[in-house]
Amino acid sequence: MLAAILALAALAAFFGVLLGYSAIRFRVEGDPIADQIDSLLPQTQCGQCGHPGCRPYAEALAKGEDEINKCLPGGEALVLTLADLLGREPVAMDIKEKVPSVAFIDPELCIGCTRCIQACPVDAIIGAAKQLHAVLNSECTGCELCIEPCPVACIELRPIREDIQRWRWPYPVRQPVERDIAAPLRDAA
Amino acid sequence: MAIALKPKSTSQRRLWRFHGGIHIPDQKALSNERAIERAPLAERLWVPLQQHIGAPGRPLVAVGDTVLKGQMIAEPTGFISAPVHAPTSGRVVAIEPHPVPHPSGLSAPCALIEPDGLETWAELPPPLADYPQLDPALIRERIRWAGVVGMGGASFPTSVKLTPGTDREIQTLIINGAECEPYITCDDRLMRERAAHILEGVRIMHHLLRVRTVLIGIEDNKPEAIAAMQLALAATDMGGYTEIVPIPTLYPSGGEKQLIRILTGKEVPTSGIPAQIGIVCQNVGTAAAVADAVLEGKPLIARVVTVTGRAIAEPRNLEVPVGTPIEHLIAQCGGYRETPRKLVCGGPMMGFELREPATPITKATNCVLALAPEEAPDPGPALACIRCGRCAEVCPAKLLPQQLYWNARAKDLDRVQDYNLFDCIECGCCAQVCPSHIPLVQYYRYAKTEIWAREQEKRKSEQARARHAAKQARLERQEQEKQARLRKQKEALATPKPAADGEDPKKALIEAARQRAAARKTSETVQD
Repeated sequence: MLAAILALAALAAFFGVLLGYSAIRFRVEGDPIADQIDSLLPQTQCGQCGHPGCRPYAEALAKGEDEINKCLPGGEALVLTLADLLGREPVAMDIKEKVPSVAFIDPELCIGCTRCIQACPVDAIIGAAKQLHAVLNSECTGCELCIEPCPVACIELRPIREDIQRWRWPYPVRQPVERDIAAPLRDAA
Repeated sequence: MAIALKPKSTSQRRLWRFHGGIHIPDQKALSNERAIERAPLAERLWVPLQQHIGAPGRPLVAVGDTVLKGQMIAEPTGFISAPVHAPTSGRVVAIEPHPVPHPSGLSAPCALIEPDGLETWAELPPPLADYPQLDPALIRERIRWAGVVGMGGASFPTSVKLTPGTDREIQTLIINGAECEPYITCDDRLMRERAAHILEGVRIMHHLLRVRTVLIGIEDNKPEAIAAMQLALAATDMGGYTEIVPIPTLYPSGGEKQLIRILTGKEVPTSGIPAQIGIVCQNVGTAAAVADAVLEGKPLIARVVTVTGRAIAEPRNLEVPVGTPIEHLIAQCGGYRETPRKLVCGGPMMGFELREPATPITKATNCVLALAPEEAPDPGPALACIRCGRCAEVCPAKLLPQQLYWNARAKDLDRVQDYNLFDCIECGCCAQVCPSHIPLVQYYRYAKTEIWAREQEKRKSEQARARHAAKQARLERQEQEKQARLRKQKEALATPKPAADGEDPKKALIEAARQRAAARKTSETVQD
């Protein structure tokens, strides 16, 4: 009886020390799950999820404090990926996806107030006080954060023009007429 | 003593087989009987400013400029890039977007040249007839200047392909004269009529790559081309290392990887290039363009195009300047016999439909195909896959087309890559034999471009993340600097004045001035 108690106590003490040591020795800096989520987010830094940027939303998701359907630029595809990663149920999104766009500053109207420059999360607007501002198309994420602060409403979002480099083959329209009963078995091979 | 003067018998050479492939009616008799003709100049030439794979060129001319034939109108902007030259002399009327030969039918920047009809040549660089004595870098520079790109369809800059890396040695140069797609005969005619010129180009490439063997693969449905090339080879001193190899006719034996397999038995690794296994592959048209560039100093401004199909009144091969609208070529071939169902750029298997007949031909356009309704019957609605497996039997890349199809259809872009989607050469064999008429290649093309777009988005979001982090860091640093400044000011205010010893210098000055003024006043009163 005593031997059993002693043995269990010794084991408990041993594992306690082991776990305690491991917790210090193999401590992981930061939150790997949050990093993983952050790498999936579109990084528009638009704040439409209610968090100030993509990283805070990723951290909130990692802690399980927020829903996975808050990212509007990511759209439905992102909800599905996040559901897959976090093992949660996919939640429907209520807003349809936008066409990819970039901000455009009307050079006739811009007064050079620099407010949009301060609002831009990715420094995609260049200019100086009382100088014409311009958007770097290659850097703009289309987050719309610059539209609100503009006092003369000279910023608008313009869809990115389709060119040969960006063109994609369309999904074939000629779909098989019958339902494929074999389709669910596709991974059997 | 037997003197070995007998040429090496070509039938002795061992040939390999690639997996799959199909026999299809070649339809080459439509256009291969007539000699190459030089088409009269079109009234307007739309010259695309990018006609190669790689970095786009930078335009060198402005609207209103007069250009001479062979004058460079766009210069290369990177290592993998190529210049564009004016195909004739005339005036640049506009530089604006115009439909170019591309499956999307979209527009790209083109220079609209109105020919003056004089064909005045610009000053050309001197011919390098003594190239064996010259520095190979000089010859490569000439080929790059001439804007030579792969003329089999890929339009990859040739000078890059002829620059072997220092880490690997190229042993074999393969010249692709297979021309396996039905209908197309431009390489066939070129080999029949200009075999010696092609061999000159081959000799230059042999000199640049320092290869041991040169193999010229030609499908055996072109006996005249094989005979002409063999005759031309016998007249040169290249017989020691060059061999004309007739290969069995089987689509797609002209695919780069397939031709390498047939001639050498070697396999190009997945997502690798032939140079990794010591092989460089060039088209016969490219060889002729290299000869033009080095031996005559002429840039690549014209090419041979097959205009064919049963909807064309007189199908034939035309030598046309780059930038000629396709409708002009069709008019030169007697126009349409009947309304075509489809106008295709390239062959019937791998070509794409043209929506705009004003589209110009480029350096890579080998064929314009106007298909009559009986040649391109409507396949009707696609039926369900019955898992017959014929697509896998004919796939020359040894892929599993069915699995690719399921996953591409389900938009499962990760799993479709597990089945090596990017090894697919889009030859169309699977779709050709599919009894359910499923447009299989369309699914693969869709999946490929979606994956590229996804990767691009990923790169863009990485960039945005980095920029956002940089902005956050900058704001934080500025805030800290501000705090530090404020703290310093506060400290300066808080420290007590060093007024303890001696008078304040300012006060002393004021006092001194006051005393001076008082002294002056008293002296003035004394004088009065």
